[in-house]
Amino acid sequence: MKQRQYKVMDQHRPGNTLSLGRRDFIKLVGGGIVVLFHAGDTAFLEAQGRGGYPTDFNAYLRIGEDGRVTVYTGKVELGQDVVTSLAQMAADELDVSLESIDMVMGDTDLCPYDMGTFGSMSIRFFGPALRSAAAEARATLVQLAAARLSTPADRLSVEDGVVFAASDKSRRVTYGQLAKGRKITRTLEGKAATKPVSRFAVMGKPAKRRDARLKVTGRAQYAGDIRLPGMLYARILRPPAHGATAKQIDTSGAEKIPGVTVVREEDLVAVLHTDPEAAEKALETIKTEFDLPKAAVDEETVFDYLVKAAPPAQETERKGDLAQGEKTAADVFEARYVNGYGAHATIETHTAAAKVEGGRVTVWTSTQTPFPNRQEVAQALGFAPENVHIITPFVGGGFGGKSSSGRQAVEAARLAKAVGKPVQVCWSRAEEFFYDTFRPAAVVTIKSGIDSAARICLWDYRVYFAGSRSAEQFYDVANNLIRVYGQWRGETTKAHPFGVGPWRAPGANINVFARESQIDIMAAKAKADPLEFRLNNTSDKRMRSVLQAVADRFGWKKAPAPSGRGYGIACAIDAGTYVAQIAEASVDKSSGSAKIKRIVCAQEMGIVINPEGAQMQIEGCITMGLGYTLAEDVRFKGGQILTKNFDDYDVPRFSWLPEIETILVKNDELTPQGGGEPAIVPVGAAVANAIFDATGARLFRMPMTPERVRQSIRSI
Amino acid sequence: MIETIRFRLNGKPTTLRIEGDRKLLWVLRTDLGLTGTKFGCGENLCGACTVIVDREPVRSCQLPVNEVRGKEVITIEGLEKDGKLHPLQEKFAEHGALQCGFCTPGMIMNAYGLLLKNPKPTRDQIISAMDDNLCRCGCHKRIIRAIEGASAQM
Ligand code: FES
Ligand code: FES
Repeated sequence: MKQRQYKVMDQHRPGNTLSLGRRDFIKLVGGGIVVLFHAGDTAFLEAQGRGGYPTDFNAYLRIGEDGRVTVYTGKVELGQDVVTSLAQMAADELDVSLESIDMVMGDTDLCPYDMGTFGSMSIRFFGPALRSAAAEARATLVQLAAARLSTPADRLSVEDGVVFAASDKSRRVTYGQLAKGRKITRTLEGKAATKPVSRFAVMGKPAKRRDARLKVTGRAQYAGDIRLPGMLYARILRPPAHGATAKQIDTSGAEKIPGVTVVREEDLVAVLHTDPEAAEKALETIKTEFDLPKAAVDEETVFDYLVKAAPPAQETERKGDLAQGEKTAADVFEARYVNGYGAHATIETHTAAAKVEGGRVTVWTSTQTPFPNRQEVAQALGFAPENVHIITPFVGGGFGGKSSSGRQAVEAARLAKAVGKPVQVCWSRAEEFFYDTFRPAAVVTIKSGIDSAARICLWDYRVYFAGSRSAEQFYDVANNLIRVYGQWRGETTKAHPFGVGPWRAPGANINVFARESQIDIMAAKAKADPLEFRLNNTSDKRMRSVLQAVADRFGWKKAPAPSGRGYGIACAIDAGTYVAQIAEASVDKSSGSAKIKRIVCAQEMGIVINPEGAQMQIEGCITMGLGYTLAEDVRFKGGQILTKNFDDYDVPRFSWLPEIETILVKNDELTPQGGGEPAIVPVGAAVANAIFDATGARLFRMPMTPERVRQSIRSI
Repeated sequence: MIETIRFRLNGKPTTLRIEGDRKLLWVLRTDLGLTGTKFGCGENLCGACTVIVDREPVRSCQLPVNEVRGKEVITIEGLEKDGKLHPLQEKFAEHGALQCGFCTPGMIMNAYGLLLKNPKPTRDQIISAMDDNLCRCGCHKRIIRAIEGASAQM
């Protein structure tokens, strides 16, 4: 560890421009002991194309005069339970109970700038910095205690926020007493060591969700639950299709309804009322005429269209020589895998409430990215960013769907400014499907080969519009080329007829579906057991250990597919975590409907902070994964979204639920890796391979609807 | 048309002067400030808005408020008694049967309705009673366990 000294902060250095100035912070947080820290791998974030991350600090924690510890972070709680796991880290390093930690999250006035909550990064990148900061806070407190108790720091111990002399427990002082009357601010220097795993007291132990009581009593507040005096509920006129232009909008009917306020701005036409249903009725009276663009694609033609529209390739991996690989190959396999558009379909629709007062606007909004939203609202209103306050209450699910734009926050803020009253915007389910930034449709083509010893000798991989996440090669392939034609984000997404964006483990689901299906195709041709084929082709130790763990728990018996048993295996690396799954399916051959009976999942994610939370995420991933695998497909015609509600977008239900078993494979040598996404990644391939094993039918397209499965069985 | 509607809400007599065709969901959430009952789809497709009317689980987004006249309505806010959680609430928390929590009030109320009729449901009966309540976070496995746990305790 680098030898660095504490540095008392230079109070006159200008704060970074994207957050409150430092002096404002000091004023804001009041007394106590504060440690400022920076969390996140900046290089990684820059590489993700999300620059502007301050290099200074983006979170801090404070030990208050009451001894309570508060962590301030721009991260938000979406259900992934970071509110518990982050608190566990702070509590453990500080030697206080979990109960004495408060989390203040996603509030742009109280928290320093943070880009947002996505990519399974909270624990992975934020966690280590938080732990260091907590360790430094503890060291500071122990030093203060040393002076107070006239005992050298190395003869002091800490338990539950009380520092005492190891030799005489009655000589003691609490964190609260030490913080009293102080105003100490440190920037994290990384001098104090964090605890080794062997000394974890709170981390690594299952912890119950800290927000459970609020959520089971209905008291947890979401953006739609904000009630402000005089607030109006807005309904906004939407075009019938993306790319449509209004020829005529007649709001005269709505204007005549008592109590209705009509707002007409260039690109924003809304009706408002104190009763949301009255606003809805007023919206229905608006007469419109729109010009619709010609629909160029639909869900059947989109794949060919995308391949044609693709930007030039970016090579992400190259090894050996494909021509050589093809020469060595005893068998060569070519296949194309596709996946349509997927919706996030969170049960909470995009919602925001806003009020404008004294030249400042406050917006409560359901978002994964409060700080970028602040910028958007500031721009839309012509306010300085410091006059925009974004508050993130509980968020009713995100999965990437609440990270792309702050549209509803901007709408609420603009309307509140226009009518001079607080305004709430809560999207209907149809609006949610219309403005969702879907997981983009994507195509993967693979040409692969095995030699006479069933070793993979050729891998020519092309992915269109999904990026390379989880496409990285971990099989030992001598001749390997991975080419990416367009990402799930950025410039290239303009090829799609509507908005697309990140969807839980962006791009990884199609990449793993394609790769692990292809692996099974090769194993089947070689008449090799699918597990053994994988083990024979990878020397990656972490991968071998999760494969072995999942096979042991499942009770895997060797047999080449199709064995008729309906067993499918798949494995992947995602967000630094290794995961392997085995699915067991039974397929009704006449209807094509696949019932997934059991899924066993082994996951190795480095040090596990909260095993309970990790398991919850794995179960959630597997359950949600069945949706993209078997049913979820957005229907559309050009820019027109035909899917409007859950009757046309089948998300997983209780009756789909397989037996789910999870194994956390221990690896305390490695810092914590991602947990919110990895286990969703192999579900598609595990199920496709199980369907193949049951029926001999190979599916190349997700979702694997009964109709597609039936057709595939017929064509054998 | 403005009507006078009397009913019992979470055990208390309640009187509203209100347009009778307004949906119970929005009356609860706006006029009465009971925001525990959630909007998810507005079309009887997700169950986030489930409340109990005369011992039956009902989708409040579909129910005109004048239909609860003279009836007994229970919402998520009415389950906790004197600071003590209902066994379902306790078990949901204990089993971690929630993530984002947005479906949770509807899940609990729907399960409450099930247990009123059938205090000892089998797993299959739980699954079929809960099947039209959607949870996007994938808490299904734990929700089933929580309902079983509450049933055992009641
Ligand atoms: S909001 Fe009533 S069923 Fe979805
Ligand atoms: S807990 Fe998020 S929808 Fe059920």
